[in-house]
Amino acid sequence: MNNFLQLCFAGLALGALYALIALGFVIIYKATGVINFAQGGLVVLGAYLVYNAHITWGLPFVLAVAFGIAGCAFAGALVERTVLRRMVGQPVFAVIMVTIGLLYIIRVGVSTVWGFDQLNLNDPWGIHAVDVGGIKVAVTDAWTIGLAALVLGLFFAFFRYSRMGVAMRATALDQEAAVAQGISARLVFGVAWAIAGAVATLAGVMLSTSGAGGVRPDIEFVALLAFPAIILGGLDSPIGAVVGGLVIGITQDLTAGYQHRYASFLGDGFSAVMPYVVMILILLVRPFGLFGTREVRRV
Amino acid sequence: MPRLRNLHMTLRYEDDVRLFPSRLARVGVLLLLVLAVWLPLSLKSDFQLGVLIDTATLAIGAIGLNLLTGYTGQVSLGHAFFIGTGAYCAVWFGGHEHQSLVVWLLAAAVVGGAIGAVIGPFALRLRGNYLAVVSLGLVFVGLHVFHNWRQVTGGPGGTAVTAPLKLGPINFARLKIGHTVYTRTQSFLLLVLLVLALCALLAKNIVRSRPGRAMQAVRDRDVAAEVIGVSLARYKIGAFVVSSAMAAVAGALFGAHQQFVQPDSWDIILSIQYIAVIIVGGVGTIFGPILGAFFIAVVPQLVNRYSSHLPLIAHSATTHGFQISRFEFNQLLFGLFIVAFLVLEPRGLAAVWFRVKGYFRAWPFSY
Repeated sequence: MNNFLQLCFAGLALGALYALIALGFVIIYKATGVINFAQGGLVVLGAYLVYNAHITWGLPFVLAVAFGIAGCAFAGALVERTVLRRMVGQPVFAVIMVTIGLLYIIRVGVSTVWGFDQLNLNDPWGIHAVDVGGIKVAVTDAWTIGLAALVLGLFFAFFRYSRMGVAMRATALDQEAAVAQGISARLVFGVAWAIAGAVATLAGVMLSTSGAGGVRPDIEFVALLAFPAIILGGLDSPIGAVVGGLVIGITQDLTAGYQHRYASFLGDGFSAVMPYVVMILILLVRPFGLFGTREVRRV
Repeated sequence: MPRLRNLHMTLRYEDDVRLFPSRLARVGVLLLLVLAVWLPLSLKSDFQLGVLIDTATLAIGAIGLNLLTGYTGQVSLGHAFFIGTGAYCAVWFGGHEHQSLVVWLLAAAVVGGAIGAVIGPFALRLRGNYLAVVSLGLVFVGLHVFHNWRQVTGGPGGTAVTAPLKLGPINFARLKIGHTVYTRTQSFLLLVLLVLALCALLAKNIVRSRPGRAMQAVRDRDVAAEVIGVSLARYKIGAFVVSSAMAAVAGALFGAHQQFVQPDSWDIILSIQYIAVIIVGGVGTIFGPILGAFFIAVVPQLVNRYSSHLPLIAHSATTHGFQISRFEFNQLLFGLFIVAFLVLEPRGLAAVWFRVKGYFRAWPFSY
């Protein structure tokens, strides 16, 4: 039982990480209607910017994170302004492919500047674990969960109460009508990308400080695992991103814990593809995810 | 009206669906066929032959992907999975079961098509973004299967491909015409060009006839297509079947050429390479993917060959400071090509060709 709870908690932490990444996808999808495959690149870029500020320049950790968030937000807005804005009105296929192309460019750009080595971001959270009712709770994991909850809360407030958030929802709903009401769609797109960059930095920092991490180009692949989370939750729902992330995280850790004992015929490392299997199964039942908006097609 | 004929207006339906719309096109295709026989037999350099073999195998898979994405409008990131499936069909039916060339190529097409028919129905329920991510999931699930199904794939270490290349009296591993014996690369190039020609003809015939028009209707607006009586199930699943079958054939040929395959080859990067081919070549044309395949095949080879003359590229495995490896540089080029073509020339190299052709056809008028 304890083992089960321990796995659940580890899964919760992993899920919170996925949720943080997924929120970046959601905000761009909500504003522009496109999955941003380059989000993984922004996650890596953010992590390296923080590394550069914290280790190379010796800034305190909090300032370094703030610098990373600002830098990555700027990069996101820059990408939107220079490339994505030209793609407005193009088919979904074309826009997806542009973001994939951007992913490659960002990835190579990052590894050109910082190389491939695993870089150590020191240990901002401390590696000690607290014992809560027989479960070992790593401080890093607790921070990840807390941060994901905080960002989700901020998203909620932003979309509910701020002018920009409401403008973003309006643009997502009907771009033309929003523009007719005096909303600047360009500003909305730019801000959405900037926010995605900022969230990506947080995700990048958490990814490279949890577990046997370090800042490394591979964390981009972890970002790919957040896809099932967003699809599962529904592309346009922040709460869906978090629920999807948690479901995927817990399923993945439980699979890792029990699969070799009960279903070893599925092969080694099945837990790594488990998120995709869950995603495909759920999509068969609900094609727009658990919390996504059903697309209405009128004839 | 000589001028009008020169401008080549399509006046009749028969002209529109013709295989070769003009005498020029017929001559052009004939020239290409002559070239396809002459090049393998006359080229000696393994570098040039290798580039052409890469081009042809890439083009076969890309023509399939273009039927699915360019003509039917279904985004798929899962092409690498079908390529891999085809390669393992060559391993199993050709290498393990010692079947002949025709059998293992057809087996690859059938297995690929069958898996495509299983995946196809997903496209009926999912569209655009969702379909893209599900097909991405297919690549990851496929990689897991390829890593673990050791009897066929040899596990992560890979396996040799010993598929026979004999077609009746013709041996595509060591072609003999008269008293001249050709090398393996030369003979193999002839084989892949033959398969490429067949696939291109098949694809052209699909798109110029009823199914092709139905597919394009589905792409342009699937609701409207359904209203006028196009069966979405039939054409979406059909496109998946044909596209996966061609991908599997390309994979089988790729495996037979490399003679050794590893599961890690069939990852997302391969899928994106195929997408780059159709974007660079021209989405929604038949010869576009062939142009694109040549472009995507030749650029990395040129980079590998002439990297010592290019700045910023490391020549050894270790990089110093602001340097990138050749592998990385090629990935950067793929990314740049995809973005640059989509932003600046969304119809690809094919559009450039049409523009040049149109200019000379209307000459001396500017339109």
